[in-house]
Amino acid sequence: MSIEAMPPESGLRTDVPVLEVEDLSVTFVRRGEQPTRAVDEVSFSVAAGETIGLVGESGCGKSVTSLAVMGLLPRRGVQVGGSVRLGGTELLGASDRTLRRLRGSEMAMVFQDPLSSLNPTVPIGTQVTEVLAEHRGLGKKEATAEAAELLDRVGIPDPTRRLKEYPHQLSGGMRQRALIAMALACSPRLLIADEPTTALDVTIQAQILELLRELVVDTGTALVMITHDLGVVAGLCDRVHVMYAGKVIETADRHDLFARPRQPYTGGLLASVPRLDAGRGVPLTPIRGSARDAIPWAEGCAFAPRCDNAQDDCLTEVAGSTVPLEYDGPGRELRCRHPLTYPPSPTGATSSGSTASGAGR
Amino acid sequence: MTAAGEPLLRVEGLRVHFPIRRGVFFDRTVGHVRAVDGVDLAIDRGTTYGLVGESGCGKSTLGRAVLRLVEPTGGQVLFDGTDVASLKGEALRTMRRRMQMVFQDPLGSLDPRQDVESLLSEPLRAHGLGGGTAGIAGRVRELMDAVGLPSAALRRYPHEFSGGQRQRIGIARAISLEPDLLIADEPVSALDVSVQAQVVNLLEELQRRLGLTYLVIAHDLAVVRHISDVVGVMYLGSLVEQAPSGVLYDEPLHPYTRALMSAVPVPDPVVEERRERILLAGDLPSPANPPSGCRFHTRCPWRQETRCDDEVPVLRELAPGHLVSCHWAEEIRDGVLAPKSPEEVAAIQGVTVRATGAEAIESDALVQGLDEPIERR
Ligand SMILES: Nc1ncnc2c1ncn2[C@@H]1O[C@H](COP(=O)(O)OP(=O)(O)OP(=O)(O)O)[C@@H](O)[C@H]1O
Ligand SMILES: Nc1ncnc2c1ncn2[C@@H]1O[C@H](COP(=O)(O)OP(=O)(O)O)[C@@H](O)[C@H]1O
Ligand code: SF4
Ligand code: SF4
Ligand SMILES: [Mg+2]
Ligand SMILES: [Mg+2]
Repeated sequence: MSIEAMPPESGLRTDVPVLEVEDLSVTFVRRGEQPTRAVDEVSFSVAAGETIGLVGESGCGKSVTSLAVMGLLPRRGVQVGGSVRLGGTELLGASDRTLRRLRGSEMAMVFQDPLSSLNPTVPIGTQVTEVLAEHRGLGKKEATAEAAELLDRVGIPDPTRRLKEYPHQLSGGMRQRALIAMALACSPRLLIADEPTTALDVTIQAQILELLRELVVDTGTALVMITHDLGVVAGLCDRVHVMYAGKVIETADRHDLFARPRQPYTGGLLASVPRLDAGRGVPLTPIRGSARDAIPWAEGCAFAPRCDNAQDDCLTEVAGSTVPLEYDGPGRELRCRHPLTYPPSPTGATSSGSTASGAGR
Repeated sequence: MTAAGEPLLRVEGLRVHFPIRRGVFFDRTVGHVRAVDGVDLAIDRGTTYGLVGESGCGKSTLGRAVLRLVEPTGGQVLFDGTDVASLKGEALRTMRRRMQMVFQDPLGSLDPRQDVESLLSEPLRAHGLGGGTAGIAGRVRELMDAVGLPSAALRRYPHEFSGGQRQRIGIARAISLEPDLLIADEPVSALDVSVQAQVVNLLEELQRRLGLTYLVIAHDLAVVRHISDVVGVMYLGSLVEQAPSGVLYDEPLHPYTRALMSAVPVPDPVVEERRERILLAGDLPSPANPPSGCRFHTRCPWRQETRCDDEVPVLRELAPGHLVSCHWAEEIRDGVLAPKSPEEVAAIQGVTVRATGAEAIESDALVQGLDEPIERR
């Protein structure tokens, strides 16, 4: 069933995290327009067998971060800064040839819309065998057998027949599985999944999440899960990075994050989502305004116009600098001058119903 | 006027079948998509009915058939005691005014060339309401206030607003004619999490203030649970279960409802780790070619041969207000029957799925995104 682990590519080391992203910045520069900084000094790392989550509302820079890591951003009109290392090898500034070789063999990506990332005019089978032929040098017969096994592995029924079918003949869930199968073709060490289940029904989402979970456990793939769904994060990710307006604003292990969100934005997100296990009539406490109301980070804290805890020193004018991302206890980082606080807890506190001062619950 | 005890909306045996046509020179009808296939439901005044189910199960079509935006193939829609199909002319216009719709995609449903003022005053003018130009201007400001937008926004165009603000405009437009029933089709699914809550709260507040009745269609069970008094679960064109919101979530009886609930992620790692998940085998079967007997039998972990394959279960009342269409609901509730794993279900279905149902229809643009039942090895 399982795919044998490939020997690590020469030059990639195993004693360092699979992926290290350091101070990654991406700026889009269009002629006649203000440059927009979509990603602003983002840092994170993922180890083998680990799942990290990047969460935030639409437009906060999640997809641009993942495209930058994969080297899939357009060359023109985009400035990328910082460092992205895969197994110790620097990817920023690497040649197209190197990147193409690494994509598929060492790192792979699954997108939100499986239809647009599959070629509609080529049967699924051919698309999978092409990857196998290119990156693993398999012959046609071997590749076909391997492709059928991959489809079977991701739960596509009757794989030999499905290999001959075109993407539009598969349901949304099966297309996403096919895409995951292609991503797995070379047992990548890193898999980036950008909202892989957002377009799917919940029962199919549950199947795909289970598949990803198994994958991480069975093969030790490092998984970067990008999503806006806090429920998905709660069930899947070991560590979570919350993003707002291009910056990471809070980092924590998932249990800490959900039990004690410190950033008012994180707390606000959690108070906004209705929970299936909460009673009817439990009021929702939305964050006011929308992500459009963000101010530039250079002015202090981008979240300030929507923040209930905001004070004068959240602005550069008063405090003299942008609010920095700082150590906030073991395993945690926080970008906030007036975070949510919690009364010292008796043992065994859980997230459900925990009160946060200033969270307005 | 009818008695206050009578539900505002009553739907009886509603069916909407879309013909599937093929052929180059002349159209041939090669089958039907049974988008809605015999739905009964009633919504009391001032309450919210939530309709949930997977993509393609017929939720939107049901909403559109109630408004007569699509012509039902069969069944009745009774609004305030009157059969909607019998209405003509002025009476039809009045009835239309009393039922309004809020759409999923606020940008697509608002004319991009009109500013907010004209978007909001147009329906008032068209129905001769609002009392002249000055009256309309006043009413438009009231509406803006009601949905929490500044009057300064009146001169702006839809594209200048964020998604949440656009949805507020859509809601303002829908309530401008003082309707009794609001049908909201995925009103928050295009919105960011933090903004969803604002729109949900707004809908709740307007209901309290204006005594509105809602039919809320959504695929997000947590949102539906939060907002609804009664929830109906649809599968392949039919209701499989209906119950007061709290009851449905505390004691789901239909296997499909159980699976659906267990699949919804809860934003709490402690809960997530302890939850029992009922994974389903395979995808939703095509509504052009629904399985025989119980439509859920191709994916059901509790399926019993051969009754489930042959006999269509009827919606029956197991507890007051709790309706379920499953032959084995009592046995499942009492734990007499044990579920099979998805692998077992798939293995069994691998042999039998193709034999059931009518003749297979090739995948079709109309039923895109749907697939034949899975036959996993
Ligand atoms: N005008 C039409 N002609 C033919 N088939 C249609 C038409 N409108 C809808 N259908 C089909 O009817 C079925 C139900 O569609 P409907 O839009 O009601 O689903 P839904 O439950 O609202 O799904 P979603 O959650 O994706 O919005 C689907 O199979 C769809 O393809
Ligand atoms: N090709 C592009 N040109 C200019 N701006 C872009 C481009 N792609 C993304 N952006 C901007 O970058 C920001 C982050 O986008 P994205 O990473 O896609 O957000 P999300 O977190 O929703 O995935 C947004 O403001 C978006 O408008
Ligand atoms: S730094 Fe200030 S404005 Fe920003 S989140 Fe913290 S309290 Fe709010
Ligand atoms: S009738 Fe049979 S197949 Fe249908 S839901 Fe009940 S147990 Fe499952
Ligand atoms: Mg994105
Ligand atoms: Mg719909």
